[in-house]
Amino acid sequence: MKGLTPIVKKIAQLMCGMIFIYGIYIVVHGHLTPGGAFAGGIILAGAFILLILAFGSEVIKLRKEESGSSVSESLSLLVTLILASTGLLIGSKVFFKNFLPPGQIGQLVSAGAIPLYNILIGIEVAAAIITIFLALIIFKEEEEQR
Amino acid sequence: METLLTIILGFMIIGAIYALHAKDLLSAVIAQGIVGYGLVICFLHLSAPDLAIVQIVVETITLIIMVAVVLDSSREEIKSPPSWRSTINVVVGLVFIGFMLYFFDMATASLEPFGEHTLRMSQTYTQQGAAQTGAANLVTGVLWDFRAYDTLGEATILFTAALGVLTVLRMKGKK
Repeated sequence: MKGLTPIVKKIAQLMCGMIFIYGIYIVVHGHLTPGGAFAGGIILAGAFILLILAFGSEVIKLRKEESGSSVSESLSLLVTLILASTGLLIGSKVFFKNFLPPGQIGQLVSAGAIPLYNILIGIEVAAAIITIFLALIIFKEEEEQR
Repeated sequence: METLLTIILGFMIIGAIYALHAKDLLSAVIAQGIVGYGLVICFLHLSAPDLAIVQIVVETITLIIMVAVVLDSSREEIKSPPSWRSTINVVVGLVFIGFMLYFFDMATASLEPFGEHTLRMSQTYTQQGAAQTGAANLVTGVLWDFRAYDTLGEATILFTAALGVLTVLRMKGKK
């Protein structure tokens, strides 16, 4: 895939870091402010998609990225399930039990295990969207090579 | 507030109908964007910023992917001549819409009027949600505590979608 003009590249370079930090903010503050895992994860994926669209890449590199993103997607969903099962083992036997102490409302570290779930599902959503995007690009590139 | 929502919904319906009838697929995709972004404004006016953020971000990413797909295709809708089968389809669709409207009317008759929908269940959520979950954002508290099974299902659906896309595109690439 070919990249775009230098103007677009420069703007993408300047913007994508800020978009990435904004996505992390939305994910981490999911239990305090509007937003959360799904919105923040898609913003994170948007930063990557912006970079890939602006700079372009070779198929081999894209394939490496795709395998990495699908691995992190599966891993984060697995860790979410393990965390949920931990609630089943500790204390009262309820799946998805919020077993950590709730803390003070409004603090960044509060609400028990909810921020952990938010971060994990944020990674999962971002990786899933990137995987779908990369699979489409790789498919098109392979079509063109033939 | 209801008049504004009605106006936006009217715009969304016009956009959806235009998207069905547009000859150029790119303008159809853009017209479909009207539906999504109109929904964002509706959510904001119903004071649901969480949903509005998710909707605006998902809509943008979907629009980018759809525009990329349309630009790569022939950009024109393939029209097939009408046959007797399409007439049957239209009739069945109209009958189905009539049934849906009838039962929808029956179902909504028992609901509270628009804007006063605090049910027994959600009253408990709004009053004790913050104290029980410890999350300042009630939506996240409900998503990851009271309704965590639903959220796990959503995450699994996204996971399965990515898996399906990978599988389908691999199969086609190997031919």
